[in-house]
Amino acid sequence: MMNRKALDLWVGVFVAIGLGALLFLALKVGNLASFSTAETYLVKANFDNIGGLKKRAPVKSAGVVVGRVEDIVFDTENYEATVGFSIDTRFEFPKDTSAKILTSGLLGEQYIGLAAGGDAAKLKNGDKLKITQSAVVLENLISQFMFNKAAEGSKDGK
Amino acid sequence: MSALTDVLESLGARVTRSIHRLGFASRFLLLTLRNSGMCFRRFSLVVREIYFAGVLSLIIILVSGLFVGMVLGLQGYDTLVRYGSSSALGVLVALSLVRELGPVVAGLLFASRAGSAITAEIGLMKATEQLAAMEMMAVDPIARVIAPRFWAGVISMPLLAAMFSAMGVFGGYLVGVRLIGVDEGSFWSQMQAAVDFEEDILNGVIKSVVFGVAVTWIAVFEGYDAPPTAEGVSGATTRTVVTSSLAILALDFMLTAFMFRGA
Repeated sequence: MMNRKALDLWVGVFVAIGLGALLFLALKVGNLASFSTAETYLVKANFDNIGGLKKRAPVKSAGVVVGRVEDIVFDTENYEATVGFSIDTRFEFPKDTSAKILTSGLLGEQYIGLAAGGDAAKLKNGDKLKITQSAVVLENLISQFMFNKAAEGSKDGK
Repeated sequence: MSALTDVLESLGARVTRSIHRLGFASRFLLLTLRNSGMCFRRFSLVVREIYFAGVLSLIIILVSGLFVGMVLGLQGYDTLVRYGSSSALGVLVALSLVRELGPVVAGLLFASRAGSAITAEIGLMKATEQLAAMEMMAVDPIARVIAPRFWAGVISMPLLAAMFSAMGVFGGYLVGVRLIGVDEGSFWSQMQAAVDFEEDILNGVIKSVVFGVAVTWIAVFEGYDAPPTAEGVSGATTRTVVTSSLAILALDFMLTAFMFRGA
């Protein structure tokens, strides 16, 4: 039987390793430090087509993550998707900022890209972005390309 | 005719027996929780049991975590490289470990390493009438023997699961980055972008707490309920491992269905 001191030491080491592992998961794997505790404000935007955008997708401006997509709902009045996303209060954007749905890489995940405008007034909590650009749907792109090719071909034939 | 009634009778007896046991097990859990006050006042009792349940499971958890992570690294690379997205290896390794493999495999190992030991110990205490002797001395065996073991298991399990996941991610890093040569920067940065603290890590921790409660509950109950014979204790130990493994897998399915229904 071990004495009390050695027992306490081993259990202490065990708990320390366990908490260390949790800390490693939180900081190195989950990257908790960079976000999530910061204050945010909510902005909305309507899109004709959001493609494969998902909740918690990043919102980037100039490639830097400034927020996250919070919710996506279908607007039954004008048949568009309304995307709400939160932006870190550290980052202020002009009122006429535009939002685009972009894809990281050819097959990567989709995110919202913000391009700042020139308005002096800043975006506030609950504002709606006016200028938006939908996701590029690959099928539409291909059919457009084929259609153009076909049109070119018939012109050459004449 | 009598053969048929015999079959029906034994079937019915088995069902009522298992419902009886389930009821007793639930009452036993409540009794354990109610008598837990003493083991928090005398926390050294729990510390002693954490040593047996947690510290002695450390090596097996760390080594298996490392190997599982390394296998994930190899297999994941093999599949991902076909789609030219081997840089997502970190995401694959981290998510599969943190969400599923960490809690589940650590839980299965914990059930067979620590759960069986708890059952055997309590069963033997009962068979040698140590529990009855305690009662004679006006020491409540549930407060003195059962509750510290229960809480030690509940405390150890999430820590072991976190160690398993961390070790697995390290194993995936060793194979993916050091051995195969996936880019180190994209390995970590893609992982950090994809793994969410609340969604993935916290849910994994919740899973491991639930598994810890289930495994230790089953282990202490089987030990306490074991027939006081050598055969009874060995049967109880086997039942602990089988029942808690099944419980872990079934609970994992239920928890996953709740947690990751897809946004």
